[in-house]
Amino acid sequence: MSKSITMQDVDIYYGAFKAVEGVSLKVQANSVTAFIGPSGCGKSTVLRTINRMHEVIPGAYVDGSVLLDDENIYGSGVDPVNVRRTIGMVFQRPNPFPTMSIAENVLAGVRLAGQRMSKSDAEDVVEGSLRGANLWEEVKDRLDKPGSGLSGGQQQRLCIARAIAVKPQVLLMDEPCSALDPISTLAIEDLIRDLVEQYTIIIVTHNMQQAGRVSDTTGFFNLAGVGQPGRLIEMGSTSEIFSHPKEQSTEDYISGRFG
Amino acid sequence: MTTTVDTSTRPPSSLIGGTLPTWAPALIGALAVASAVGLNMTTGLAGWFGTTIVGALIFVVIQSIWSFAVEGKRHAVDRLATTVVYSTFVIAVVPLISVLFTVLAKGLKVMSWGFLVNSMRNVSPRNPGGGAGHAIVGTLEQVALAAAFAIPVGILAAIFLVEYGRGRLARAISFFVDVMTGVPSIVAGLFIFTAFVLGLGMERSGFAAALALAILMLPVIIRTTEEMLRIVPNELREASYALGVPKWRTVLKVVLPTSLAGIVTGAMLAVARVAGETAPLLLTTFLTQSYNNNPFAGPQAALPTFIWDQITSGTTASVDRAWAGALVLITLIMIFYIVAKLLANRFAPKG
Repeated sequence: MSKSITMQDVDIYYGAFKAVEGVSLKVQANSVTAFIGPSGCGKSTVLRTINRMHEVIPGAYVDGSVLLDDENIYGSGVDPVNVRRTIGMVFQRPNPFPTMSIAENVLAGVRLAGQRMSKSDAEDVVEGSLRGANLWEEVKDRLDKPGSGLSGGQQQRLCIARAIAVKPQVLLMDEPCSALDPISTLAIEDLIRDLVEQYTIIIVTHNMQQAGRVSDTTGFFNLAGVGQPGRLIEMGSTSEIFSHPKEQSTEDYISGRFG
Repeated sequence: MTTTVDTSTRPPSSLIGGTLPTWAPALIGALAVASAVGLNMTTGLAGWFGTTIVGALIFVVIQSIWSFAVEGKRHAVDRLATTVVYSTFVIAVVPLISVLFTVLAKGLKVMSWGFLVNSMRNVSPRNPGGGAGHAIVGTLEQVALAAAFAIPVGILAAIFLVEYGRGRLARAISFFVDVMTGVPSIVAGLFIFTAFVLGLGMERSGFAAALALAILMLPVIIRTTEEMLRIVPNELREASYALGVPKWRTVLKVVLPTSLAGIVTGAMLAVARVAGETAPLLLTTFLTQSYNNNPFAGPQAALPTFIWDQITSGTTASVDRAWAGALVLITLIMIFYIVAKLLANRFAPKG
């Protein structure tokens, strides 16, 4: 059983600029939630606040609280490093570490976080994670080859394997398929449906068919105009959002009359 | 639609244009050489330099006219630009090869195993024999010590500037690194001389020389390392943070390994740059004619000061030794470069 995420009235800033305003939402454990919306509406920003990656950017900060089950990850004394170990992230462009082999890439999170593990434990983690990311059969004979030698889709699954190797509760995916071809996209989508049995997954996507295919819940973000903060317009079960949205702007966006 | 473009005035569309035969440059070249040499013999043009210039001009003129007539303006300009680019390359390489050739020719005269291991102890400047062994030991020790100070400090400073530095302190350090880049080497020597030899009463030593060399290496290492760290994609840092890796381990295990090849090259370039410094050595360690293997006590020889000393003696035997010393110095620096390149390849990200 993984953990749920609750955001309560979150405002997100880049320096003096308010990028996102008043986001409150609840993501159920062991579900896939998709964030959709036009470019620049703040959905990636919201995603990055959930594992405190937002504050890596100089001057960026967050106002409000984000709960992991019932623990505020922005509470005092919370170490962002521990938050990120619990809430993993997969990025838009596959980014395996270029100096490391496939196996080292999978182990990067575990090793670099300072844990020591025996050789057989390490091999178990590598195999388990690569199997979890549906990559084991393709790379099991070349685990010591550089990860950057794989195809784009394989690299992205390697990044997913790397993210689940540290055994997180929640997996955040920031447009994980936008750099991939349809076959690799399908592989990742199948993987997401498998992973949801063990993880809570939040995915940002520009592809509405993808949101429809993989997600249980969908949140639509929009902004009133250029320079205005983005907002969560509405959130609900994916079938609901796509068939009977409550808001006109959601309807417009989904039916392609906007953005 | 009424907005269609009138196509009746289109230029004739032919994709095939005139071309010079492939042997044209060779023919023009032969013509140019022949006519320049002919002119030289008949009119007594000023030496080989004048002949080369005239030959080059003849080549450019014939080629341009022929190409313009057959291929048109664009190709003629292209050929002219190509000729200019190749010529400037040759002009840049000629002095380099000339220096190498001269040093090899003159340096090999007295080069021997004995030259590499003997010192100048009890060898008069007029007599042949002796060697640069003491200077080789001195240079290796001083450069190694300087590298031991400057490389760690330089890399750490660059890491601070790129990964941690914000605000005033970082800007100030960055500014002073720029200033240090422009410090003349003799000033670095003077600084160590005043601060350590006069100020703290240390005796002149290879160690003091190493300190002066380290001052000269620092800005080079900081700047090259900074550049290398900056080109590491931010995505890799974020990927590491997102795995719950602390910042210091991200820098140590992800950012540094990714840029290590460039950092090694930069450090080796800095080493090669200071290995040939003369002025700071004269102030900080001066020179000696004997072996002094201890860099922490007493004057120590080094290759640049050895060359300077032998040249200023001015006898045939000592000038020969100076050339041999120059050959040893160039070879040492070349070995540094080759080692740097091998290391860089070894560490470069694969894939």
